[in-house]
Amino acid sequence: MPKNPQIKKVLVIGSGPIVIGQAAEFDYAGTQACRSLKEEGVEVVLLNSNPATIMTDKDIADHVYIEPLTLEVVERLIEKEQPDSILPTLGGQAGLNLAMELSESGFLEDHGVGLIGTTSATIKKAEDRLEFKSTMEKIGEPVAASLVVENLEDGLAFAGRIGYPVVLRPAYTLGGSGGGIARNQEELEEILANGLRLSRVGQVLVERCIAGWKEIEYEVMRDGAGNCITVCNMENIDPVGVHTGDSIVVAPSQTLGDKEYQMLRTSALNIISELEITGGCNVQYALNPDSFEYCVIEVNPRVSRSSALASKATGYPIAKVAAKIALGYTLDEIPNAVTGQTMASFEPMLDYCVVKLPRLPFDKFISAKRTLTTQMKATGEVMSICDNFEGALMKAIRSLEQHVDSLISGDFTALSREEIRERLKVVDDRRIWLIAEAIRKGISQEDIHEITRIDLWFIDKIAVLVEMEERLRREELSPELLKEAKRLQFPDQVIAGLTGKREEAIRTMRRQEGILAAYKMVDTCAAEFAASTPYYYSVFGSENEVQETRDRKKVLVLGSGPIRIGQGIEFDFCCVHCTWAFSREGYETIIVNNNPETVSTDFDIADKLYFEPLTPEDVEAIVRLEKPDGAVVQFGGQTAIKLTEALMEMGVPILGTSAENVDAAEDRERFDAILEECGIPRPKGHTVFTAREAKEAARELGYPVLVRPSYVLGGQGMQIAIQDRDVEEFIGIINRIAQEHPILVDKYLQGREIEVDAVCDGEDILIPGIMEHIERAGIHSGDSISVYPARSISEGVKATIEEYTRRLACSLHVIGLINIQFIAVGEEVYVIEVNPRSSRTVPYISKVTGIPIVPLATRVILGAKIRELGYTPGLQPEAAYFAVKMPVFSFEKIRGADISLGPEMKSTGECLGIAKTFHEALYKAFLGAGIRLPKYKNVILTVRDEDKEEAVDIARRLEALGYCIYATKGTARALLEADVSVRLTRKLEQESPNILDLILGHRIDLVVDTPSQGIEHSRDGFVIRRNAIETGVHVLTAIDTAKALVTSLEHTDARELTLVDIAEL
Amino acid sequence: MKAYLILEDGHVFTGVPIGAPGEVISEIVFNTSMTGYLEVLTDPSYAGQAVVMTYPLIGNYGVCREDMESGKAWPDGYIVRELSRIPSNFRSRETLRHFLEDQGIPGIAGIDTRQLTRILRESGTMNGMITTDASFDLEEVKAKLKAYRVQKAVERVTCREAYTLEGEGCRVALLDLGAKKNIIRSLHKRGCRVTVYPAFTSAQELLAGQPDGIMLSNGPGDPKECVSIIEEIRKLYQTDIPIFAICLGHQLMALAAGADTYKLKYGHRGGNHPVKDLRTGRVYISSQNHGYAVDGKSLDPKVAVPAFVNVNDGTNEGLCYTGKDIFTVQFHPEASPGPQDSGYLFDRFIETMEVRKHA
Repeated sequence: MPKNPQIKKVLVIGSGPIVIGQAAEFDYAGTQACRSLKEEGVEVVLLNSNPATIMTDKDIADHVYIEPLTLEVVERLIEKEQPDSILPTLGGQAGLNLAMELSESGFLEDHGVGLIGTTSATIKKAEDRLEFKSTMEKIGEPVAASLVVENLEDGLAFAGRIGYPVVLRPAYTLGGSGGGIARNQEELEEILANGLRLSRVGQVLVERCIAGWKEIEYEVMRDGAGNCITVCNMENIDPVGVHTGDSIVVAPSQTLGDKEYQMLRTSALNIISELEITGGCNVQYALNPDSFEYCVIEVNPRVSRSSALASKATGYPIAKVAAKIALGYTLDEIPNAVTGQTMASFEPMLDYCVVKLPRLPFDKFISAKRTLTTQMKATGEVMSICDNFEGALMKAIRSLEQHVDSLISGDFTALSREEIRERLKVVDDRRIWLIAEAIRKGISQEDIHEITRIDLWFIDKIAVLVEMEERLRREELSPELLKEAKRLQFPDQVIAGLTGKREEAIRTMRRQEGILAAYKMVDTCAAEFAASTPYYYSVFGSENEVQETRDRKKVLVLGSGPIRIGQGIEFDFCCVHCTWAFSREGYETIIVNNNPETVSTDFDIADKLYFEPLTPEDVEAIVRLEKPDGAVVQFGGQTAIKLTEALMEMGVPILGTSAENVDAAEDRERFDAILEECGIPRPKGHTVFTAREAKEAARELGYPVLVRPSYVLGGQGMQIAIQDRDVEEFIGIINRIAQEHPILVDKYLQGREIEVDAVCDGEDILIPGIMEHIERAGIHSGDSISVYPARSISEGVKATIEEYTRRLACSLHVIGLINIQFIAVGEEVYVIEVNPRSSRTVPYISKVTGIPIVPLATRVILGAKIRELGYTPGLQPEAAYFAVKMPVFSFEKIRGADISLGPEMKSTGECLGIAKTFHEALYKAFLGAGIRLPKYKNVILTVRDEDKEEAVDIARRLEALGYCIYATKGTARALLEADVSVRLTRKLEQESPNILDLILGHRIDLVVDTPSQGIEHSRDGFVIRRNAIETGVHVLTAIDTAKALVTSLEHTDARELTLVDIAEL
Repeated sequence: MKAYLILEDGHVFTGVPIGAPGEVISEIVFNTSMTGYLEVLTDPSYAGQAVVMTYPLIGNYGVCREDMESGKAWPDGYIVRELSRIPSNFRSRETLRHFLEDQGIPGIAGIDTRQLTRILRESGTMNGMITTDASFDLEEVKAKLKAYRVQKAVERVTCREAYTLEGEGCRVALLDLGAKKNIIRSLHKRGCRVTVYPAFTSAQELLAGQPDGIMLSNGPGDPKECVSIIEEIRKLYQTDIPIFAICLGHQLMALAAGADTYKLKYGHRGGNHPVKDLRTGRVYISSQNHGYAVDGKSLDPKVAVPAFVNVNDGTNEGLCYTGKDIFTVQFHPEASPGPQDSGYLFDRFIETMEVRKHA
């Protein structure tokens, strides 16, 4: 079937701010889909509240709206843009839900808008629990048998029918209390009786226990004519019980025979056919490891994180093909863009093994529980490809950038065999290292399998790696042994450590023996056909397939690796734009990255893509082969910056700001000298190495002080200390994360925090705009609400900022991008941080000012001058719009994480509010972040002493808005003294009803809880904040944020939303 | 110990020996299936060939002999990147390494199978030798390899005597040209009474059993070599009995009806080939294993018209015989290994037999 000519203008809804469980994969899918639609001459309208995305670029869609993802906004947008269709399956659950609501309310029909791709009936069949269950029953596909029972007899009868063990889940109890697994009738009677008692409605769900079964996923495609294919299947190394986003996943499945593989494949095709999905779909299965029994866990009738992984693992562009299917094409009419000679109606065949590891945020949330459950906790992931599983696992481990490059972590060496056995029962992010240690300690593979239920095949593979460690430790390093170690992807550094040699010696030996990395292609077809747009992965001991290219100048663009707090998709935005800009300038572009969720690792962004870890050794192997004319590191965040020195040693010229100058900005003494020379003040501070020195420095500067390691990412390890004890504790934490760099102790200044991004060509600078933070200094810039243009600083301060930026950029010989953070105290301006590279705010400021700073910076890096590029140097005129960037957090997903804001970044994403007035922009930003008030008009205030005065003002304003205010003793007293009516609530440790009951009673809109500075030694605040977050109550921990929210609530006139097309700015 | 794979064009791969000891010369073909190595090894169509698996990790789920597609393993040699040292699957009873030894199949592991596949893709299928003798003379071996031809493969693989699987439904006479068990099973589990005949059974003898339909199976080798079988098939063509044919059976029927066959550059072997049903426009993912194909243009439309076509390269994948109840496909609806999407063709065959029976 050819393209449907009725489809001319399509609305694509994105997934909004990045939160755990809904991340960059939707930018990748959305971007690919938009490009696929535009390729077909369709006009694309894009809606997404996330300004850091590539999909919200005017190059990607014809009309771009960075607006809150609410029903009202979409309705207004449809009225304004009048699209004929909506493609709802590319924006994650957020986009899908919106489209469903619009469809169900009849709005779409009234406005003549159709859903393309999958229909609302299909979505409902897949998403609605009951409909899903009955659909599966209809086609004979098993789901885990379950029944809601209200008495013991029914429970026993049902369990007898489905067989033990069974899982019991009482209805309406908090956090699954009262539930459990019953292995026999006796246990069932006990747990079920208790569960029935505890359940508010006297109901318990009895479910077939599938924990410990293999978790297998299939990615399936179907077109409007009913043709189906599977793109790939994937096997979770972790059995059922760990969310697939937190699991170690391998593609294709390794332990399924053809009978099991085809049984599940046929089932997946039956399901997609019955649901009549047109596009992509993900089906998750639990497979009994001891029989052919299986059940369907879940069906996602849309692109997902798994489909992004499957696309990158196979080379099959699922989103691109799904978009074409939505337009009416059938699979056999859509070309396979990777081979260029086959069609999309085939199934990719892999001749390699893919491993995905999750990137978990426990380095940021030290207090959080590390256990992995069905609630996803990972912020990102890495993918690696190799011709053997062990090698793929080793590459994935080092791609994580978590200071471990092998299965040797040292964390468990002190544990006894018995302790290890006990710990193996705990499923957390360190399990593969623990299994390796268990093997080292002589625990049998069968025992490990019995405890963990991880398939023996995977355990044996870990054993292969442990055996290699042993051989390297004991045997003479022969060329054969080295060859084998490299085949398993042991890094030189690890081999050096195990053999007691120097890394350099290993490298030399490799060169002498010709043990070099070779590159193979991901070509979708296991070499059956020649490929036109493949990408590459390294192996050892094989033929190299990369074609030598010498016709154009070559640039190496280093990506930013896995998404983690502090290094998100903004850097992928920068890498992709820089790659496109180099391409336009006639360069051959080469990207190295390992993140399967991103646009940069899409097959057709760069001329060549290497799906590889971002370590010096891995990058060097690519450099030796490609011999690039230069490398750019300033767009890939800290990951790329960290490679600068290594690249220079390899003789690769660093394009743009030199490494030496990057260093000058980070090295305290050199930087102080530059500031001195430029006549720019900064908060006083010292560089120290020990806790003793740090305390001396703090006392000299006077508390409070900021303590942080140099070379930090997202404020990692940065804290405000108010006393000696804090300093000691922080330095302990910093040293724990293997810090080789010095520690900085600075005077903490309270003032307005200002941020600029600028392009410098060596002589002139271009500042697109000045951004001001709503929260005062002390809260990480990534967690602050940022406003453009700055509202509360004087013209004089703006001029000073412009001048300081110029001086600093020129003194640091910046060629390209620079990001500077200032503190303005009155008319005084201090510099607090300089990063001679791209920053988190680059996409946002580019979009709201309409100045494409990454392409400009790229041109400048190539030698162009700002004046030649059509810009007048200096601070650019302010835009006619206000733009408010709001951080978004994922606290509810991470049990035990402290949500209070400070110098360490905690947000996972952001959204934007853009409007003619500040108040409307602010309102939109809060709306986009999901903060919609009022609901019950009840607020709890509990603030630290320093904030009492401002709390009074906030309370008074809330009272005027009709809110009822609850406060704990100290805060209540302050409010009463100021004549604000307040209800006193008991503290946590006091008897019920206390503050916790109030929160758990689901009647509270908002908690404003500002913890005292320094390390909080009381657990009270922590417990209150956690409970509030887990109950779905908004919590603000900075008084300035609360003030901004009240301001927004007061301006009800700002709620008449206007929509701004960014593409027209 | 080392093992060597020497190709006709002079390429030499060095790896380690697996399976049975011994030297073997054979035609080297690649298979892209990611699962189903046992089914591949026991598919009689691989007689006279050495198979290289493009998926690098083979043997992961061990060997479950119930999954064998015939009584034994057929390839002359087996070539893999890595043979799993442990089997892991609830049904596995032995390692693949042991199975290869037991079945007397020599092989080589640890070579760059992707490079080998690329060579075969670029230069076409060629002969090769697997040996553990390092003292080979390359020129001598090359000469030997060039001269080597697979012959009389069908003779080797077909059953020696006819046998019957009882059933209440249609009576099917299956001509075993090297049949995979799952063809027989696919008919039998649909209720058919299946009598399996040796490949050199005469048409007369086949018809004497008064079958409701005739099934021509898959099998190895160059179809044009099967001159006497083609003769007998021509006689079957002249009857009104419904005929369904797969792979070699499809080629022989085409030759019997006057079409031509040719050797593909490197064949189709794997489980991901899209075939389009020209009647409905639907595309199915199919299991394939063939080195020869029917020349779709060589057929008089009055005799037969294309029923299926390969979406990738446009080669013929099936024929529908004009005015006859004869339907043949190049791919494998019986799967094993590979996708089960086209299993419905067996139902179609049974319907045809039923209609004819009650006509």
